[in-house]
Amino acid sequence: MVLKSNVMNTKSLSDAQLVSNYISGDENSLSVLINRHQARLYGFIFSKIQDRDATEDVFQDTFIKVINTLKRGKYNEQGKFLPWVMRISHNLVIDYFRKNKRMPKFKNKGDFDIFSVLSDESPNAENKIVESQIADHVRILLEELPEDQKVVIKMRIYQDMSFKEISENTNVSINTALGRMRYGLINLRKMIDNHNISLIN
Amino acid sequence: MAKLYPENTSNFEQLKPRKETIRFLLDYSRALKVIPLKKISFEMSLN
Repeated sequence: MVLKSNVMNTKSLSDAQLVSNYISGDENSLSVLINRHQARLYGFIFSKIQDRDATEDVFQDTFIKVINTLKRGKYNEQGKFLPWVMRISHNLVIDYFRKNKRMPKFKNKGDFDIFSVLSDESPNAENKIVESQIADHVRILLEELPEDQKVVIKMRIYQDMSFKEISENTNVSINTALGRMRYGLINLRKMIDNHNISLIN
Repeated sequence: MAKLYPENTSNFEQLKPRKETIRFLLDYSRALKVIPLKKISFEMSLN
């Protein structure tokens, strides 16, 4: 009867009193604090994360921080226990999202295929051959262009020269070099259309 | 700080953590001993 009465008394204590008792060594006070606030805190975390397992982790990490801080005697938010705990969980939720952004989480549904998440961005052998053929075709078409347009396009695309450098090398103004580039590309497109050439990889 | 919690989370408040999680936290708390010694505090986890 005495024990039951003590538990009843503990449950009626304020958060501040329970925290104080816990710091003094009463482990039962922590149990009461967790029971009192678990639903609100868990609901808060779940409302942000929407994942039961991750919510469980954040909830646990929150109280580990709470326990560590209280036991180290570093708690100084007298009378504001719940807002303090919510703030800790809020920061951990942010950490969770930051971590997930760097390392996206994939749920295993049984039919998990590692290659569905590990895509290989490099072109395969077939794509490499097609790319090479397209480059050859463009070079052939380029030879059909008027000399001034061909020179500008070659300098710009294959030699990676700026229009200032092209204008200096061809003794024309930058605007003229730009115009030749423009008409060269237009003529290339026309040739491609006229010959029904497909350059799409 | 109040602005951080404007959303209504009451719909989720029927959710509760697993019993194992609570048990773990209480056990962790009981096992953790912090012993202050001069300016240093030693932490021990007693199994």
